[in-house]
Amino acid sequence: MAQAQASAAAATGAEPVLRLSGITKRFGALVANDAISLGLGRGEILALLGENGAGKTTLMSILFGHYLADEGEIAVFGGALPPGSPKAAIAAGVGMVHQHFTLGENLTVLDNIVLGTEPLWRLKQNRAAALRHVEDLAARFGLQVESRRLVRDLSVGERQRVEILKALYRGARVLILDEPTAVLTPQEVESFFATLKTMAAEGLSIIFISHKLNEVMAIADRVAVLRQGRLVADFPIAEASREGLAEAMVGRAVALPERSRLEPGAPLLRMEGVGLRGAEGKVSLENLDITLCEKEIFGIAGVSGNGQAALAALISGLDAPTAGRFEILGDAIAEASPGAMLKRGVGRVPEDRHATGVVGDFTVEENLVLEAYGGDRFSRFGFVKGVALRRNAEEKIAAFDIRGADATTATRSLSGGNMQKVILARVLDQKPRIILANQPTRGLDVGAAAAVQALLFQARAEGAGIVLISEDLEELLQMSDRIAVLYHGRLSAPVPVEEADLRTLGLMMAGHGTAEHSDEGRHAS
Amino acid sequence: MDILEIFVSLGFWAALVRMATPLIFGTLGELICERAGVLNLGIEGIMTLGAMVAWMWVYQGGGLWSAVLVAAAFGALFGLLHSGFSVYLGVSQHVTGIGITLLASALSYFAFRMLLPDVTTPPKIDPFQPYPVPGLSELPFLGEVLFTQSPLTYLAFALVPLVAYGLYRTPLGLAVRMVGENPMAVEAQGIDVHRLRTGAVMLGSAFMAVGGAFLTISVFDAFYIGMINGRGWICVALVIFASWRPGKALLGALLFAAFEALQIRVQQSASAFIPYQFFLMMPYVLSILAMIVMSRRAAYPKALLVPFRKGER
Repeated sequence: MAQAQASAAAATGAEPVLRLSGITKRFGALVANDAISLGLGRGEILALLGENGAGKTTLMSILFGHYLADEGEIAVFGGALPPGSPKAAIAAGVGMVHQHFTLGENLTVLDNIVLGTEPLWRLKQNRAAALRHVEDLAARFGLQVESRRLVRDLSVGERQRVEILKALYRGARVLILDEPTAVLTPQEVESFFATLKTMAAEGLSIIFISHKLNEVMAIADRVAVLRQGRLVADFPIAEASREGLAEAMVGRAVALPERSRLEPGAPLLRMEGVGLRGAEGKVSLENLDITLCEKEIFGIAGVSGNGQAALAALISGLDAPTAGRFEILGDAIAEASPGAMLKRGVGRVPEDRHATGVVGDFTVEENLVLEAYGGDRFSRFGFVKGVALRRNAEEKIAAFDIRGADATTATRSLSGGNMQKVILARVLDQKPRIILANQPTRGLDVGAAAAVQALLFQARAEGAGIVLISEDLEELLQMSDRIAVLYHGRLSAPVPVEEADLRTLGLMMAGHGTAEHSDEGRHAS
Repeated sequence: MDILEIFVSLGFWAALVRMATPLIFGTLGELICERAGVLNLGIEGIMTLGAMVAWMWVYQGGGLWSAVLVAAAFGALFGLLHSGFSVYLGVSQHVTGIGITLLASALSYFAFRMLLPDVTTPPKIDPFQPYPVPGLSELPFLGEVLFTQSPLTYLAFALVPLVAYGLYRTPLGLAVRMVGENPMAVEAQGIDVHRLRTGAVMLGSAFMAVGGAFLTISVFDAFYIGMINGRGWICVALVIFASWRPGKALLGALLFAAFEALQIRVQQSASAFIPYQFFLMMPYVLSILAMIVMSRRAAYPKALLVPFRKGER
């Protein structure tokens, strides 16, 4: 296999800068990395693809010296890399950007970058030289960020640039990026990809860890797929296909759940000219018209920050409309009351599962009854029925295939996909008539996303109406019956999914095509 | 005496500078600790200890400057104790700090009583005398106010730019500021978070102890029970007032000292019709008001109060 890679590198004309040979790492009985061999060429972008737990992060941690490999060797620029030393890795030109940033918020960009690059006991910093070097790097690699600003004033995308600059400042020529796009908005992802291309063109070699197929297809030169600790595929991106990669990742053909044709039933939720004045700095909603029927999925497309949060707040009862008429099952809604919304039969899958979806330090069994503990099923005379809680949790864990947890595990320690299953189990348990699903598959890997989608389809088949808010157009096209686009707090007229296509929706998301922007639309065309 | 008269009197301004001195030491010390992410509520006790130790050293025949060093050493020692609990063991910084204050104050009084069991009036020593700076002390007004002070006052004022330079212009200062913001970032650079924090707490505690020593071996010439009288707590508040910046810390110390000096003088002139307790209260009320105004946009060191344990996120 090593020879195959060598020839692949030779074919692209790239000199090899990094070679992993036969890396094996065991944690007890678990083999996290099983004899993995990989090469990386100069100026090459290698996507390391795999589901959560496939061993991507372990492999990169070995490369960066956080873990010691049980077997195998690493060579950087032809020299053997001493194992288990991040310092040696940095000295050899390997830089790592973690998914969670390690920046000081009240310090300037420059401070964050130069920390630790000078001997501690020196009486003077050479700030002018440091500044020049940082600005050189920023200009060369297209990582524009003002060195004097405080990190707390930066956007997430800018913070990521600071992290990359930190690595480059230390002389990194091989950059490892751990799920770099997980925290970025779609626009930021676009400019980030442009930056990656620039960096590769300047001769940096990049390892890009991801589980998002479309990103990998868009940016990588070569893709390596890990599954259960083994390297199962390694080929140039030109030979890859979405389906092939998905199959390699999961180990079987992934059946993406298919929307069945259902005849919509009676209307459940109706908005007529609904408006919501946003607080200062927040997007207001204006003149929303939505009718959601039984057995229907109503997709809301749009770049996040265009009023999705306000719309979700309305449907979940956190806010009441300031204008227009909002009806749920025929009742007009005038007051904000999340509790009343629950009673009316609205189930909610919140956007940020860690912050508002679950209570991380509570156990799985507690999180499963957060919206029902007051009822007869789970309490009597004001005391919680522990046995009922436990039995409920065991049923749900089996029925929803929640892995890596039992009833008493702290929910915090679950993976994103399993946490989302806990939330769905809790929501569906209430037999909701209306489900608000806000970014239900964000950050989930292919298998988990498919499971969540299948659960939503099942609820729809049982008669629920679903409002699906998503930034992922492909997901919307796959799941929705009708799609409308939210832009600057206004909603376009919904179109049946059969008549919708990616291009038109994309343009509408950018503000072209909605009624009030018809002028711009004409300009653009 | 009318308020205007107070403001033009030399004595008021000289007293203000003198009264600000222990606050400057204490506030800078607390500021260094907090910048490293450790709240040091041991300050009140450490100042008491510094006052006692320095005075005792001189009383037993030691020199004044060596007394300052001895006080600093004892302060650093109690800083080490504080950091042992709050940094290495990760115990609540509030609880540890209060504990240090109780322990250090009680030990000071205990030692004082043990060494001088029979005295009723505290014995006196020869304290620092004002040192007129040659030349500068000849200046009208300023000469008397700023340049005819105790050497320790000059030291306090000199420490302000030194601490600022250290924090903002040296690699070590950058590491200290970062460890109070995000210890992970410091750890990632191969710098030992616990040692760095401990060093900062020890240095800060040494400053606090010298602030206490100033009272016994410069302003007064004896040690009294309860003589720190809440100055340590004021320093904790002044750090917030200063938004964790040394320059503003000096400003805050001067402002509070001004209220205090004013209070004493107004009390003498107007107490006929207003109860004197009102004037005692005034500096604190005014500090609260000043804090409300100044600390609106205060940017807390992000990792203040958060213990760091390796391998945890």
